Amino acid sequence: MTEPLLRVEDLRTYFDTPAGTARAVDGVSFSIAPGETLALVGESGCGKSMTALSILQLVPEPAGYIAGGHVYFQGVDLLDYTWEEMRRVRGADIGMIFQEPMTSLNPVFTIGWQLMEAMAVHGKGRGPDTRRRAVELLTRVGLPEPERLLRQYPHELSGGMRQRVMIAMALANNPKLLIADEPTTALDVTVQKQILELIRELQQDFGMAVLLITHDLGIVAEVSDTVAVMYAGQIVEYATTRDLFRAPAHPYTRALFASRPSRDQRGRDLITIEGIVPQATAWPPACRFAPRCPERWPACENVAPVYQKLASPGEDQTGPAERGVRCHLYHPELARTRPEQPATLEVHP
Amino acid sequence: MSNLIPVLVVVLMIWTYCRMRQQPLWAEAFRRVRQRRVAMASVVVIGIYGGIAFLDSIGWQDGRNEPRKTIIDRLFQKPKERTYSAPLATVTTGEPTPHPLLGRHLLGTDGVGEDVLYLTLKGCRTAIVLGGLTSLIATPLALLFGMLAGYFGKRVDDAVQYLYTVLDSIPSILLLISLLMVLGRGLDKMCIALGVTSWVSLCRLTRGETLRHREREYVRAARALGVSPIRILYRHILPNLMPLVIISVTLGFSGLVLAEAVLSYLQLGVEPGVGSWGNMIDGARSELAREPIIWWNLTAASTALFVLVLALNLLGDALRDAIDPRLRSS
Amino acid sequence: MLRYVVRRVLYAIPILFGVSLITFVLFYATVSPEQMARSKLSARNPTPEQIQDWLKQHGYDKPLHVQFRKHMAELLLLRFGNSDTTGEPIWQMIRNGVGPSAVVASLSFFALLIVTISLALAVAYYRGTYVDLWGTFLCVILMSITVLVYLIAGQYLFGKVLKYAPLAGYRPGLDAARFAVLPLIVALFSRLGANVRFYRTVMLEEMHQDYVRTARAKGVSERGVLFQHVLKNAATPILTSVVLAIPFLLMGSLLTESFFAIPGLGTMLVDAITNQDFAVVRAMVFLGTILYIIGAILTDISYTLVDPRVRLE
Repeated sequence: MTEPLLRVEDLRTYFDTPAGTARAVDGVSFSIAPGETLALVGESGCGKSMTALSILQLVPEPAGYIAGGHVYFQGVDLLDYTWEEMRRVRGADIGMIFQEPMTSLNPVFTIGWQLMEAMAVHGKGRGPDTRRRAVELLTRVGLPEPERLLRQYPHELSGGMRQRVMIAMALANNPKLLIADEPTTALDVTVQKQILELIRELQQDFGMAVLLITHDLGIVAEVSDTVAVMYAGQIVEYATTRDLFRAPAHPYTRALFASRPSRDQRGRDLITIEGIVPQATAWPPACRFAPRCPERWPACENVAPVYQKLASPGEDQTGPAERGVRCHLYHPELARTRPEQPATLEVHP
Repeated sequence: MSNLIPVLVVVLMIWTYCRMRQQPLWAEAFRRVRQRRVAMASVVVIGIYGGIAFLDSIGWQDGRNEPRKTIIDRLFQKPKERTYSAPLATVTTGEPTPHPLLGRHLLGTDGVGEDVLYLTLKGCRTAIVLGGLTSLIATPLALLFGMLAGYFGKRVDDAVQYLYTVLDSIPSILLLISLLMVLGRGLDKMCIALGVTSWVSLCRLTRGETLRHREREYVRAARALGVSPIRILYRHILPNLMPLVIISVTLGFSGLVLAEAVLSYLQLGVEPGVGSWGNMIDGARSELAREPIIWWNLTAASTALFVLVLALNLLGDALRDAIDPRLRSS
Repeated sequence: MLRYVVRRVLYAIPILFGVSLITFVLFYATVSPEQMARSKLSARNPTPEQIQDWLKQHGYDKPLHVQFRKHMAELLLLRFGNSDTTGEPIWQMIRNGVGPSAVVASLSFFALLIVTISLALAVAYYRGTYVDLWGTFLCVILMSITVLVYLIAGQYLFGKVLKYAPLAGYRPGLDAARFAVLPLIVALFSRLGANVRFYRTVMLEEMHQDYVRTARAKGVSERGVLFQHVLKNAATPILTSVVLAIPFLLMGSLLTESFFAIPGLGTMLVDAITNQDFAVVRAMVFLGTILYIIGAILTDISYTLVDPRVRLE
């Protein structure tokens, strides 16, 4: 197997809060091959965004810090980089777009200034070449009248347009990896589709890998190759999109699927996941999903489940993505301690 | 009679503290303040100043024609010397032939031979009364106008806004000067003048906060239930404004203590003869030019002033951090 | 833009009316003119005739409403009349004082602005470290010292001991800069703590904004973030706080001027206070108000320069 583009190993990002240490990201591992799209899925507060920010080392300091792990990018551990070395990676090799297009652009500088800055800080200057490239980028992300846009300020643009500008900015230096943190959450449904379409198109054109962070399984189905499901700072399931949609393994993943409003459920009550994500300062001691899990039995509250590989169901095993899950249901011995048969959850893939 | 007022003030303060401690929100805030060593040290310092001011407010006459003497007078007043003397010196300075002193003075004596330690202690009462009384004038005024303007809006709001815009348009030092020129010198007059100039900023804050709270669900619910506006303002909105008031009064207090010194320099402060750090510093203006230099007078007064203001500023910051985490500076 | 300015000026009229009403109530209704005359006349026991003469001379003998109309007209048309003490036209006094005040005050104003913003940037750059912690604490200490101590100690240390500058006084022309040194140092230290702390808070608030994260994700250095992105955004609140200083730019800082014997407007005002010269104080109050209002309008206009979202409608 070739070296993946990005390999995150046992990443831990903690926060010091008045209530104690919050383990926002607690031992996350995954990898992305060049050109691949990995979706990181989970409810809000499960540590998805912090994982993304940790890769670029943009965790809000001094409360938050990376407590351990490795982030190998093209074989080199980014966590060993100095601040200045890291700066040169940001925006050049790894681009990032954020959830809030309304506030992510600086209100007092023009679009052109900010777009050209993205190139200027990586040694491309602010000359006519950069300007030409800026116009080209704006055209590429589907914005009309790019020349005029360069002189406009963020507040004169709609949310969708701003997100396109953000994408143009992230792509300015042809990054090898694009991290998209809930890029469509704050947008209208129609605009969401356009932006996703754009990201997919650009991915093919630029040949870059994408780490897509979302809570929306619909988006996952549309764009990603592989999916990592996160819960309470850990990855609980890892599979190709096809496998995951065919047969979600972890009870949490199943619950996520069950709680999606879908066509065949019309008229019925929406299924919700009981309870809320626990506090990051006090994760449940053993299985973190246990208090909300419909399948739990005493072992879940006593023994912490480990991440284990799982045979991929179905005949066509595509790609190198392996399948894994963090649940006692798939543990050869512990699963046998379970008193009764699972009360099967309705699943509508 | 005049001894009753300070006692009453202290009793009232203790009562308020006990009442507030019963409320969980305040108990939590007090707990957080108590955890900070800086804040507790500030409280102790302010307590000492308050204690001196308290002792300086309780006094009695020894005989029919004797002057009224406070406890501080009785403890610290010393017989007057001829003129300046250095701390703990045995002879006067600044005279061609030094004279022996009547007694020892820990902080020396000033130009007319008064004990500097005694004068410095006398300044406490002026500072504390000035800050306290002014806050007592300005705070209710600001709360009343601010809440009325914020809650009722329309005409009331227009009127209040006009009033404070006009007052705010006059640079405050000029308004202070005009008021004090007209009213004359004196502690009570200074409190009135400072009260008039200092209520505006709190009023503006109160108005904004009231506007915010008026649209909150709990106020709407109370209104829907037919609770009278006065009751809504008093029972529902006022308690929510208290953190803001406490912070701004603490931080404003230090500003008032500093203002006293400036007004004394402009000859608009308290009457000569009433102890005041401002008057002491003003009097020491040219003393550094003397040979040998007279530094103890200036140092004593400005240190006393500095320590009180610093304690108030530090406590204000700690309170802000404890009560309102939103405003936390870092 | 022009329409906005015109409207703001029109809004200022009721406010100026209010201000003159307040000054009238203060100076005419609260103090009896007779009292004023008594304190003004040099004779120990002025005769009633002398008092009457003085009142007539200064126009305090007419009925209140006539005086009010005259007072209004005077102030609104900026006809300040003559000093109660010296009889000198007040405009003449202002013309004499404005030069020294402007020189000294504008020098200290710009020095203060540059120094405090740079220090605030430095403290914000090292936020969360010991530099920040002790820097902020030092600011609180500087804030807690009365301006009188800065004046006295500044003159002693820099004037008498180190002999950097003349102790006091003023001379027009190029020499003025030498005399402005001490007032400048004092103004700097007395405002430093409060300003640096305020600017630091403003900047740190901006540091938590989303656009800062975007800039970092683009690969902008910390310096670029602070000096370009944050500084331009922080300009709006900083500008607002600067307006408060504008009246004093011309009025001079009262204390500094009179302490260092600079013959500016500040000294003129302090003299007027000592001499109970109501006419001069009245004029200065009104002038200060007008300057403040002009300052506020200028600030609003300057917002459009730094913040493209602000439209003056």
